[in-house]
Amino acid sequence: MSHRRLLDTESHWLTNRGKAFLTERVVMHGRDLHKQLGNYEWLHLYLFSILGRDPGEQVYRLLNYYYVATSFPDPSIWPNHVTALAGSVRTTPSLALMAGLSISEASIYGRRPEVRALDFFYRAGRWCDEGKSLTEFVELEKSQGRIIYGYGRPLASADERISHTLEKAKEWGFSDGRFLNMALDVYEYLRTTYGYSMNIAAIDAALAADVGLNAEEYQLFMTPIFLAGMTPCFLDAAEKPEGAFFPMRCTSICYGGPAKREWSDNKEETPS
Amino acid sequence: MTSKYVYHSNFWFEESEESNPFAARACYCSGYDVYGQVVPKAGWFEYLLLLFKGERSSPAMSVLLEKLAMSLANPGPREASVRAAMNGGVAGTNPGSALMAALAVGSGQYGGAREVAVAMELWQQCGRDLTTWQQRLRKPEQDERADIWAPMEHAPGFDPNGDHTPTPVLSTLELLTSLAPEQGALAWLSQQREELEHSVGYPLAMSGVAGAAFVDLGLNPEQGSMLFLILRLPGAAVHALEQQQMGWKKFPFYGDAIELANDPGANVSMANEGADS
Repeated sequence: MSHRRLLDTESHWLTNRGKAFLTERVVMHGRDLHKQLGNYEWLHLYLFSILGRDPGEQVYRLLNYYYVATSFPDPSIWPNHVTALAGSVRTTPSLALMAGLSISEASIYGRRPEVRALDFFYRAGRWCDEGKSLTEFVELEKSQGRIIYGYGRPLASADERISHTLEKAKEWGFSDGRFLNMALDVYEYLRTTYGYSMNIAAIDAALAADVGLNAEEYQLFMTPIFLAGMTPCFLDAAEKPEGAFFPMRCTSICYGGPAKREWSDNKEETPS
Repeated sequence: MTSKYVYHSNFWFEESEESNPFAARACYCSGYDVYGQVVPKAGWFEYLLLLFKGERSSPAMSVLLEKLAMSLANPGPREASVRAAMNGGVAGTNPGSALMAALAVGSGQYGGAREVAVAMELWQQCGRDLTTWQQRLRKPEQDERADIWAPMEHAPGFDPNGDHTPTPVLSTLELLTSLAPEQGALAWLSQQREELEHSVGYPLAMSGVAGAAFVDLGLNPEQGSMLFLILRLPGAAVHALEQQQMGWKKFPFYGDAIELANDPGANVSMANEGADS
């Protein structure tokens, strides 16, 4: 390879994703934003912006419920906590919300479990397509030391969103999809074999797989999902006295490191 | 009375003022009195290494980190993270927003902190074995599962858009190698650079030099990734500030350069369409 491929895009960007003909019109994925997409609700448009196609009312309504169901206005939840800290120290709404969204791409909640759960169901589906059993696949994953994302939730053993989401799935015609049934089968196996619980990441990912989202599409779609839970946390902390959001006293730092020691002037004596 | 909510730390300890439990009288970093002794006696890079490693490092290690920091301090306005900060600066955004843009864009797998981390993981796995390096550079990741990070598209630490090793990369590698352990990663990279470049088909990048330097500093991939992000912020900051002063009229606006391949034209109907199959 060489720099020569850069010459093609130095002053020219060919795309079919979209363009703003400023002062005239805007095109997104080949459609006029104001004329053809103007009646979309925002989340529907967001889905269209990711997929480049309209997946239809039922899919949009189902996925919209993910957003509603995950809007927890509770500052003990870590991304919300960051947003509340931002409000407490009087930073701006944009910085507060972006900081909260940024740490939503975490490993023990949020984007990584979601992506990994989706990927798990697709890989399990291919495994089963070869005539092999689902429980064998689960055991193979476990034997490799892999987390089965969506099963077992930090800080809680039951997920209140599951029953509501399953009701919505039924309402919008997704209650009998292959991957949703697979998610429930995996839960039944892990519950009876290991006492695992199931969390919303498994159900959301399975339904997303039934809808046909790939990992990148799912990650993009889920990225702003905590937003509506964050704003109340920001406002709440911003309304209270500066620095008053769960302040930490010095003794709240529980120290487990080296004892006090002198900083010797003779640096050459120190180890490398 | 104390709170039941405590945070655990193995390197930071504080003693409070008698008058206020929320104000520190003294802070200790891995046992050293920060404001009483470290700030008056230590240099910035000595303190940085103490923070990251929990122990004092040799003067040679502080010099190595200082020279690496200087090499990384300003990647220049062509580099994506700096450009991102400039886009914030020129529009008069918050300083924090400009630097957040630099951190986000500078976190990537092409020239960013993630690339440094992946390269450092290869150091852990390949050591000084040239054959293993050549194999793993072609396939740096071994987990087939999808992740929040897309698969690497090039050999980490090398530039797929390069022709020959740029002079600043070569001079940085040469200088840092002269300051690093004789049997360390930088020394091995200097010896094997041409062989590795020939193998991957494109030249070493600054991210590869930084990764090797972090290995020689005794840091792990997560630590190296964090420091890489921190050390490139000065350039992002000053370029953002400069563009703010320059003003938006001098800043490129690429509207004319964007060609839409599927323009429906201005005369489309108002009708909304149904679901796409």
